[in-house]
Amino acid sequence: MNTLSAVWTWLTTGANWAGENGVWHRLEQHVVLTFACLVISALIALPIALTLGHLGRGGALAVNLANVGRAVPTFAVLVLLLLTPIGRYGQWPTIIALVLFAIPPLLTNAYVGMREVDQDVVRAARGMGMTGMQLVWRVEVPLAFPLVLTGIRIAAVQLVATATLAALVGGGGLGRIITAGFNLASTPQVVAGAVLVAVFALLMEAAFELAQRCAPGWARGRAG
Amino acid sequence: MTAPPPDDCLARNDWICGDYLSTRRQILLDAVAQHIQLTVISVALGLLIAVPLALLARRRRWTVGPVLGITTVIYTIPSLAMFSLLLPFYGLSATLVVVGLALYSLTLLVRNLLAGLDGVPAEAKEAARGMGYGPLRQLLTVELPLAVPAAMAGLRIATVSAVALTTVGAIVGYGGLGNLIYAGMNAFFKAQVLTASVLCVIIAVVLDLLLLGAERLLTPWRRASRQARPRGRAVAGVKRLVAAPGRRT
Repeated sequence: MNTLSAVWTWLTTGANWAGENGVWHRLEQHVVLTFACLVISALIALPIALTLGHLGRGGALAVNLANVGRAVPTFAVLVLLLLTPIGRYGQWPTIIALVLFAIPPLLTNAYVGMREVDQDVVRAARGMGMTGMQLVWRVEVPLAFPLVLTGIRIAAVQLVATATLAALVGGGGLGRIITAGFNLASTPQVVAGAVLVAVFALLMEAAFELAQRCAPGWARGRAG
Repeated sequence: MTAPPPDDCLARNDWICGDYLSTRRQILLDAVAQHIQLTVISVALGLLIAVPLALLARRRRWTVGPVLGITTVIYTIPSLAMFSLLLPFYGLSATLVVVGLALYSLTLLVRNLLAGLDGVPAEAKEAARGMGYGPLRQLLTVELPLAVPAAMAGLRIATVSAVALTTVGAIVGYGGLGNLIYAGMNAFFKAQVLTASVLCVIIAVVLDLLLLGAERLLTPWRRASRQARPRGRAVAGVKRLVAAPGRRT
């Protein structure tokens, strides 16, 4: 209980929220890093997934990427990138690592979503004289949308977690509060930082849950 | 006069270095041993809690919602935060890492066990009842064996994830190969970081293959049907992957 009150004291001390190492600045870094990497990885993964899904090729690649990636520790990749020449360019090792790990869930879910579109519907659309592009944008993508959204949700929650780890290799974000706490041997600060990170991750998950529940039926599909 | 520095791969700080392997052999072996120990104990602990929990959720259907809800919340918390939240309870100890990893394994295993038990065909259960099987015998000889494939899929994901996540335990000094990566980062020691990272992946792949072998041994009836229906298998592979959750970092 002693720790709990010390954590509460840390969280309610205004000085801990202000300034370069304060919570607000770290939160801002965390949010910017998460969303920037989400956008970059979506721009890379979704066009590939939609193309492969439409053509029905590269299924093994799209499906196995996530499983293979699981065996590679994120921490190891962060440190390896830091020690390469890329490491000299500030935030880039972190951004590259985050994007690399966000691509598999986006790619796999979007690909599977495209492949699971009812083939009768696709044939009907072709019979109506739709071109390839019309088929993709008017039929396949809307029907695959729930799974695409699921992929984005998984990637976003995971990016929050990976951005936390970036603190171990000197990146910014809320993880820095935890690592600084360890360096100061301050358990209250470590726990306070962890609470902030956990709340942020849960809020991200909850936001997507809410968005999927409130979305129109076609966007929810089986995923909602 | 000082002697000129030796011109070997350690002095040059190469990524790949044979001398590193020979001079740091014992350190590497100790780290690998700790890594495997932390992983195996935590997954075993997770399994030990997950099985009764899944069986309870099966018996009392109203517990399914809360069990799945709590496991989702646990799985959403990033690993660094999870280890930090456990700090007041366990201090800087190996127990902290084991408990944190066990919580993640637990969530993966409970979900897959429930999916496996739910997937047991109703005909199989009716046949067992018709043959006069009691609830316990039916569970042990019909339902659990038929749930093995889904449970093993969960166990494999949990194990591979645990191997990768153990590295984060370096923050409290118990991260197996993660300790070497952490120290290698601070010393800018490339050979150490690369060697430890590669060993992590090798451990994950070896444990995954061992579990795959165990699954084959536990489900001899699936081998025959697998050969008979190669196309159905590919579809099942895609379906299973959709059900697999995102990686935890």
